Amino acid sequence: MREVYLDYVATTPLLPEVLEAMLPYFRDAYGNVQSLHNWGDKAREAVEEARVKVADLIGGEAEDIIFTASGTESNNFAVKGLAMAQQSRGKHIVVSAIEHFSVLHSAKTLEKWGFELTEVPVDKHGIVDPDKVARSLRKDTILVSIMQANNEVGTIEPIKEIAGVVKPSGAIFHTDAVATAGTIPVDVRELGVDALSLAGNQFYGPKGAGALWLKKGVRIIPFLDGGVQEGGRRAGTEDVPAIVGLGKAAEMAKAEMGTRAKRCSALRDKLIAGLPKRIEHVIVTGHPTQRLPGNASFCVEFIEGEAMLMLLNSQGIAVSSGSACTSRALKASHVLIAMGIPHEIAQGSLLFSFGLDSTGGDVDYVLETMPPIVDRLRQMSPLYAKFLKKQKGGKK
Amino acid sequence: MPVYNEKVMDHFMSPRNVGEIENADGVGEVGNPVCGDMMTFYIKVDNNHISDVKYKTFGCGAAIAVSSMVSEMAKGKTLEEAKKITPALVAKQLEGLPKNKYHCSNLGAQALNKAIDNYLKKQGKEGKSKKRGKK
Repeated sequence: MREVYLDYVATTPLLPEVLEAMLPYFRDAYGNVQSLHNWGDKAREAVEEARVKVADLIGGEAEDIIFTASGTESNNFAVKGLAMAQQSRGKHIVVSAIEHFSVLHSAKTLEKWGFELTEVPVDKHGIVDPDKVARSLRKDTILVSIMQANNEVGTIEPIKEIAGVVKPSGAIFHTDAVATAGTIPVDVRELGVDALSLAGNQFYGPKGAGALWLKKGVRIIPFLDGGVQEGGRRAGTEDVPAIVGLGKAAEMAKAEMGTRAKRCSALRDKLIAGLPKRIEHVIVTGHPTQRLPGNASFCVEFIEGEAMLMLLNSQGIAVSSGSACTSRALKASHVLIAMGIPHEIAQGSLLFSFGLDSTGGDVDYVLETMPPIVDRLRQMSPLYAKFLKKQKGGKK
Repeated sequence: MPVYNEKVMDHFMSPRNVGEIENADGVGEVGNPVCGDMMTFYIKVDNNHISDVKYKTFGCGAAIAVSSMVSEMAKGKTLEEAKKITPALVAKQLEGLPKNKYHCSNLGAQALNKAIDNYLKKQGKEGKSKKRGKK
């Protein structure tokens, strides 16, 4: 059976070059970065080299990169650590309604700790309006966190414009760039942000490798207390192979970004154009143009995402869904709901994400495999039966 | 993605008795699409026995497998026997359901029960109207 991985949003495979770069730091150069001998020196050099590469990817300076163990950690660190460090100036924080849970739940935790939270709504395409951010700002707003692009629907936010309205208020502006860094051009100076999170497994680096870029002079409370690693801001023995892998992946992403994005967006566009032609009552979610290169997200009406996902899997196609049934919490995607999509339609969410190994043949295979699966589930759907009856009634 | 056992997968991949019964003797609908699952059961009753049962289901893999299993369990049973089918019994017949799916997707027995109640209610009404007619 044909096997088609179209879930690059969940994670990307590790590039062979990245693995090769990492291996020596498992085998021979296993020293602790903090050790004052040759083993330590070797590890330290590798980590500092990676720091330069990661900084280069986002137009920052190496000394402003703090390595973490994931995008989730970077976001937790940024939201909680920045708010805690600024709380003498105020206790109000602002996030968008479609943030990743690592930002949203961190913000809710801060609420429990006595902070006040404003969630800025989005439009039907998932865009955060800078004016709405401006109106949410108060004298005591200390932190704003808006993602650069949404992982579920691919919408790219006007971060530069949002930074423009946040800056005069004096609040710190953090952006979760986990979906964008390594995928589309990201430049911290051009964006005008104060902090930015990224993760290696989104651009063919290892899992368990993330980073937070923090502008010089911005105070943050350490997330992990302990030794002096990462300038005392993130204690714990450095995961040298992971950091080296992140650096290598960043270097390759920077060099190949243009060609990768071009390929992925062609596949994305092919699927976005093709699927609604083959299947009736399919909605493309997210923004039509301000969209991540590899993201093709849909809602298929009258049927449920997990059932579709399982039938696609039985045909060798791996995808994601934001339906309630696919989430552990059994709640439909907060992103789709925030975009005003009704619950029963959000249940039919399906997300295809393309990457380096994807081909036009994969898209053809999806276009050929999807219609019978949708048909099969619709045939047994009481919602579809009701819809058909209504339609018949209307025609009479 | 929750890990379903082979039996659940079998019922999901090849669901039994899918469909609608025209002029069904009893119809039962439970759930709503907002919470993720919705099932409609249709029954045909002959001589106090469920002679035919069909359903339509909107929902995840578990919801579909549960509907299929309930339909198999109900077929041929007397109404009294069929009313004794519980979610726990269905889960047992399916050799287990993932914990988080146990409540939301395990609506099949409830839908069947509603269909039986619907049938009994109709019968009752018919009975009453007959009585009234006699007066």
